[in-house]
Amino acid sequence: MEFIYYFGDVFTPINFGLLLLGTIGGLILGATPGLSPTMAVALLIPFTFQLEAAQGLILLGAAYTSTVAGGAVSAILLKIPGAPANIATTLDGHAMALKGEGAKALQLSFLSSAVGGVFGVLLLIFLTPVLAQWALAFGPSHLFWLAILGVTVIGSLDSASVVKGLLSGCIGLWLATIGFDDIMGAQRFIFHPSLGGGINIIAALIGLFAIPQVITMFAKGRKNDGNEAIQVQKHPIKSAVSELFRYKRAMGIGTITGSIIGLIPGVGGQIAGLVAYDQSKKFSPDKDKFGTGHPEGLIAAESANNAMVGPSLVPLLTLSIPGSPTAAVLLGGLLIHGIFPGTDLFDNHPDVAWTFINSMLIGQILMCIFGLYVAGMAARVAQVPQSVMAAIVLGLAVFGSYSVQASMGDVYVMASLGVMMYFLERFGFSAAPLVLGLILGPIAESNFIQGSMIATATDGLAPYFLTGALNLFLIVVVVLSVLYSGYMELRTRRYTSKEEIMG
Amino acid sequence: MSNSSLPRVQHIIGSGVVAAVGATVCYISYTQQPSEAFLFPRLIATVFVVLALWTFVKACLGWTKVGNGLSLTQFSNLAPGLIIALIYIFWAAKGLGFYTATSISFFILLSLYDPAPHGVLKSWVKRIITTVCFMAVMYGLFALLLKVYTPREIFF
Repeated sequence: MEFIYYFGDVFTPINFGLLLLGTIGGLILGATPGLSPTMAVALLIPFTFQLEAAQGLILLGAAYTSTVAGGAVSAILLKIPGAPANIATTLDGHAMALKGEGAKALQLSFLSSAVGGVFGVLLLIFLTPVLAQWALAFGPSHLFWLAILGVTVIGSLDSASVVKGLLSGCIGLWLATIGFDDIMGAQRFIFHPSLGGGINIIAALIGLFAIPQVITMFAKGRKNDGNEAIQVQKHPIKSAVSELFRYKRAMGIGTITGSIIGLIPGVGGQIAGLVAYDQSKKFSPDKDKFGTGHPEGLIAAESANNAMVGPSLVPLLTLSIPGSPTAAVLLGGLLIHGIFPGTDLFDNHPDVAWTFINSMLIGQILMCIFGLYVAGMAARVAQVPQSVMAAIVLGLAVFGSYSVQASMGDVYVMASLGVMMYFLERFGFSAAPLVLGLILGPIAESNFIQGSMIATATDGLAPYFLTGALNLFLIVVVVLSVLYSGYMELRTRRYTSKEEIMG
Repeated sequence: MSNSSLPRVQHIIGSGVVAAVGATVCYISYTQQPSEAFLFPRLIATVFVVLALWTFVKACLGWTKVGNGLSLTQFSNLAPGLIIALIYIFWAAKGLGFYTATSISFFILLSLYDPAPHGVLKSWVKRIITTVCFMAVMYGLFALLLKVYTPREIFF
């Protein structure tokens, strides 16, 4: 119950102000199609440099939470999901808006997001300290395998092609080795003076997430999207609350599904929303109404995609393994303040850890309150032309990456990685495993080197890394995740080609 | 070139470039000294090159299923914007100063991709106002709030 002691810290004027700023800003950013939560958080990192660690994390955490919820606004009013997590929301949310129930859909969406989100953060509060203590039992070989697990799970589950996902992870792990070697001081892969200090994580994150979006907007050309937001009429909040209670089964399914999926590294909000929608449909007596503007589908999808936010941070805060690209960006936010997740975070910086987690809890409630009022404004922002968005994101990316170390080298690295990632994405590669490789690379390498030293002094490399219950368990999980994803990929392809043959 | 063969050729080029990078990384990892510093890169590079060659062979055989490549229309749409962005980042930002370069490139990008007609005066005024507002926000955020000292060559 340590978290209760730090509740007051959330309500200091600066912290609460940042929480409000992150929440309202996140709702607006989330509603903007093309601005994913990961990209929004990555672009915000440079603004946290001058803040204290807890303050920076409050801003980033609030933005993460509310961008996911804010995506529902454009999903409902424009039929464009603000983020991949809101894909399932469009199915019933937009149909409700077309029926003149836009305000009700928005209210139900924010209320169910808040319920799911609060449950998810409570899970984070109670699971994290237990797992952080458990992490003390981990030695270098286990941490090495955990880092590899983080890359392979995301590489195999997050990508349409397992091989390309793993290859993206390898590219990330290689990029992490660029610069001077920590132990020998040797130069490695320094092809340009800008790479002397290695690849700066923040500049890389901005480049990998923001620049491909900018180029994607360019690729659409001078196209007028022609999206007209549906105007919403007033709707009493009381009846939305009572409707939420009426569909408590959908909310329960969404919340539990989202929380479980959030705990699994690599499986994002998009999957959480779609699985919850599907499960809720299976158990509903009104199956036929799904897709026609039925509140149950909307409630299940929105409670799930916000319920996964809290649990998705559990592997990050306990084992230093970011479970999602956004968690990876948050890890970057922690590292720039010299804070390492795991036991170090809870033993040496409990104020930072608990203020951040508590702020996410309060943020869920603020997001619900402000979401209802900001929705109209957010819908207008969602109609900002892509040309303006592309130019704004490009400018922010350049200034943001420069401000990390006042170095033009970081700007060059940011742009090069971003352009490279755009073309790689066109060929089926994915940014998430590459980012995870880049972030987990140093953890994997330092533990591999430490492990090698211990192994040389004891039984040898193979027995040290390949034996022991925990090592074997982690290796089995790595292999199983790859095999399972490979099997699913083959099955999907066979199913698709059979459908093509059948016409 | 037919539409179906275009992605295949692109996949061969794309995966070929990745395989070439993988091979280079692998070669450097196994030849550079001190070997202790390249222990981990060797491990990564070996997996990297195997997966990259696998992808390349699949692309050559036409077995690649994931990734749509880039159509000619998409390429012609993105090319001007990408060129402006690259000139802005790799030359203008340092050569002209951050704020001058950002203002110019922001305005050019806006004019290039704005769906509003180019022959209407109102849309040009709107673009100029948008650029001025954006630069005011950027200056306020980075120069005044975050106190980031950016290269200033011309004007500011």
